[in-house]
Amino acid sequence: MKKEVIKKAFVASVPVLSGYLVIGLSFGVVLQSRGYGALWSAAMSAFIYAGSMQFVAVELMSSAASLITVALTTVMVNMRHVFYGLSMVDRYKNTGRARPYLIFALTDETYSLVCNPPEMKAEDEKSFYILVSALDHIYWIVGSVLGSIIGSVLPFSTEGIDFALTALFVSVFVEQWLSAKDHVPALMGLGASVLCLLVFGADNFLIPAMLLILLGLTLYRKREGARV
Amino acid sequence: MNHAILVIAVTSVVTAVLRFIPFLIFGGKRETPAYISYLGRLLPYAVMAMLVVYCLRNIGFAAAPFGAPELISCAVVALLHVWKRSSILSILGGTVCYMLLVQLVF
Repeated sequence: MKKEVIKKAFVASVPVLSGYLVIGLSFGVVLQSRGYGALWSAAMSAFIYAGSMQFVAVELMSSAASLITVALTTVMVNMRHVFYGLSMVDRYKNTGRARPYLIFALTDETYSLVCNPPEMKAEDEKSFYILVSALDHIYWIVGSVLGSIIGSVLPFSTEGIDFALTALFVSVFVEQWLSAKDHVPALMGLGASVLCLLVFGADNFLIPAMLLILLGLTLYRKREGARV
Repeated sequence: MNHAILVIAVTSVVTAVLRFIPFLIFGGKRETPAYISYLGRLLPYAVMAMLVVYCLRNIGFAAAPFGAPELISCAVVALLHVWKRSSILSILGGTVCYMLLVQLVF
């Protein structure tokens, strides 16, 4: 692997490094507060490797949730990955034996790096994808294990640290808002979610909200005369 | 203990399956349908709003403190992000603000 590609991958991954350390850390702290130590957070971060879902999984582990509920909740929370993958189908076409790992490791943050790589030769892109995916994965595991270890010795209360995840989504939402020309999809998502939350309640609103968003976007496309 | 391991296993497998689905369906020689590309392009905007609402779903607006810590901290994240556009600063600032609010103020 070329030195300059390694350098490019590392530089590109620095924002994720900071974000994953903070959120991974808070995940480890939350998990530790429920009585699960460093080995558990390492395993969850290595195998599940989906930030928001891991926080939800902690709740499911602490309750007596049935495995059907666990599977359905995972589908609801992580459904968006299906849509993220859609735009990587072409980019990951010629990645050979690394392809299954690249797909497994396609988190929101890794997606934001690999869907928009810096200038480089086409033959180096595969190495870039692999490096970025593996680096992000490592940051996430290290962050959550650190959280588990220091969670029990922190000299101050960590109550409220799980807000890091909400903060992540708010910051991504604002970032998308600032960079998008068309704000209708964002407003549609907001309106549909709030409406369904009011109608269906906190435990059941996610699936109706997703259906309503799909319906809204489909109608929006028709109205736009299917330009895209 | 066993239940926790099963929760992790099911969550891992289902998450991986979801990530593989588009590649299994559209990974061949066929061209991606226009409708799917359209959804792939616009859905992230709507989904992010949904995730924000999802995180805030359990706020009690009917009783004190009326969701004030959450709403103030979200505003801090948004303002920091508009100002510097650095996700680490926005996330860190908003989280510290929230921790201070729930521990010291409300």
